[in-house]
Amino acid sequence: MEYFHSVTLDPERCRGCITCVKRCPTEAIRVKDGKATIIKERCIDCGECIRVCPHRAKKAVYDKLSMLDQFEYKVALPAPALFGQYNNLENVDYILNGLLDLGFDDVFEVARAAELVSECTRLKLANEDCPKPLISTACPAVVRLVRVRFPKLIPHLLMVRAPVEIAASIARREAMEATGLPSEKIGVFFISPCPAKVTAVRQPLGTNITDIDGVLAISDVYKPLLNAMNKIQHPKTLSESGLTGISWAYTGGEATSLLRTKYLAADGMENVIKILEEIEDEKLQDLDFVELGACNSGCVGGCLNIENPYIALTRIRQVRKYMPVSNNRIKDYTLSPEEYLCDKPVEYDPVLQLDLDLGRAMQKMQEIQKIEKILPGIDCASCGSPSCHTFAVDVVEGSADISDCLILLKKQLEETKNDECS
Amino acid sequence: MEPIVLNYQVDGEDFSTAGEASSAVKKALKQLGFSPDVIRRVAIAMYEGEINMVIHADGGEATAEISQEEIRIILADRGPGIKDIDLAMQEGYSTAPEEVRNLGFGAGMGLPNIKKYSDELKIESTPGVGTTLRILIRT
Ligand SMILES: Nc1ncnc2c1ncn2[C@@H]1O[C@H](COP(=O)(O)OP(=O)(O)OP(=O)(O)O)[C@@H](O)[C@H]1O
Ligand code: SF4
Ligand SMILES: [Mg+2]
Repeated sequence: MEYFHSVTLDPERCRGCITCVKRCPTEAIRVKDGKATIIKERCIDCGECIRVCPHRAKKAVYDKLSMLDQFEYKVALPAPALFGQYNNLENVDYILNGLLDLGFDDVFEVARAAELVSECTRLKLANEDCPKPLISTACPAVVRLVRVRFPKLIPHLLMVRAPVEIAASIARREAMEATGLPSEKIGVFFISPCPAKVTAVRQPLGTNITDIDGVLAISDVYKPLLNAMNKIQHPKTLSESGLTGISWAYTGGEATSLLRTKYLAADGMENVIKILEEIEDEKLQDLDFVELGACNSGCVGGCLNIENPYIALTRIRQVRKYMPVSNNRIKDYTLSPEEYLCDKPVEYDPVLQLDLDLGRAMQKMQEIQKIEKILPGIDCASCGSPSCHTFAVDVVEGSADISDCLILLKKQLEETKNDECS
Repeated sequence: MEPIVLNYQVDGEDFSTAGEASSAVKKALKQLGFSPDVIRRVAIAMYEGEINMVIHADGGEATAEISQEEIRIILADRGPGIKDIDLAMQEGYSTAPEEVRNLGFGAGMGLPNIKKYSDELKIESTPGVGTTLRILIRT
């Protein structure tokens, strides 16, 4: 399988320090020949390495605003997190009007589709045979983590299409009806808070189709949008989302919109892994719903935002005030029931398994144990692997050489020297 | 092929680390590619035994012997021992202290669950000397 990743390395800037190696939640980064490399099969695009790199050598790949020129009619799909980026924002209409001034012909808030997904989820949960807890699929990094590390939990994933995908389908259809243009002349652009969502559009899980043509970064749109907004005096009323849709921007927003009390909402990769382990061990069976996000505070914490997540969160609470609880219902749209659902199962990707053959996997583990015994066990990562254990795995897999362990090398040198002296 | 042996000292002093040995074994079984059902049974049975060593016996030693056909878990402690094993095996029987009950332990379901999820369970226990659980799970 080919892997596309939004998260990539800028080798020019990388100095080969081990900050990202140590912090990667799936142990997907190694330093080789003085530069970091990302193991494509393991990366879940959570963006943690982008956040922690002191040399800004990790970056996200996304589309540029100039891509708008390729289309006759352009629609913007702003993520709810965008609404938390600006100071003193009275209402979201300033942002939506500003987007029109930037060259978009129409806007469709992702928050609107989020309300539809909440409605789908409520219906699913009301159904007797719904696996519980249902696990949110809003964060693509979490879905990818489940897929490589928690195969047992795949049946718990909420197989409803992502809000942004549903928003794109509705927006495209509305644009075609309004303009009479063929689909290919209409450009639908998502304004994303994170690389995980860029990857999710380019290489979707749970479906093969997408109505999104390009994914822009909030950080790229931020300044031109600010300039455009500063010129607006009387914004037209464009916002059609409700309070619950906008609340998807932060942790707990999706879960609370289900109007049930037995839920858990957590964020940050370490917490996410812990919670998934607990569900796997059947310790959280009395819950209806579990919402998990890779970033601190949820999508306002995505690494393509400008503002500090906690500040953005406070602002979102302010702008959503006086909004109706929900303003979008499935019955108001023409999408068929199937169009809300994923059409392809998410499949287990056994990249963390030592071998597909159990016997060979056992042999490898024995070799790993042997190597681990002679390693210093201090997890210093100067070999380029995050820990002595992963280094031993790398040696057995053939991607590292035992001589890459500098501590061991030094010890051996000293021993030969002592032998020569005595 | 020789079985893979994983060995852990289970700390009886620090309750917050309880469950780490079973979690490490679970991780290894996943890496090896055992079926989710086998992993689940091992994880639950070993977890219950490990927690018992911490709560009732001040810690001990946990060993997992992994081969293709079966997984053996040995949990050995030098705690107070179990006077009446048949009684301890009964659902609901528990001598767990109050402070861990608040954490949700002490339902008296640990040993019955180990029995339920394993293919064989042997308990050797001498009061004043210690307890050894031998759990076998066929793959
Ligand atoms: N390793 C041990 N050493 C001494 N006593 C033990 C040990 N394991 C179990 N026991 C005794 O057996 C009883 C029953 O154990 P069991 O695991 O079934 O329940 P529990 O630990 O009390 O509660 P739960 O496991 O539901 O949290 C314990 O309360 C304790 O008296
Ligand atoms: S929590 Fe939100 S912003 Fe962060 S990776 Fe997941 S989807 Fe992206
Ligand atoms: Mg117990």
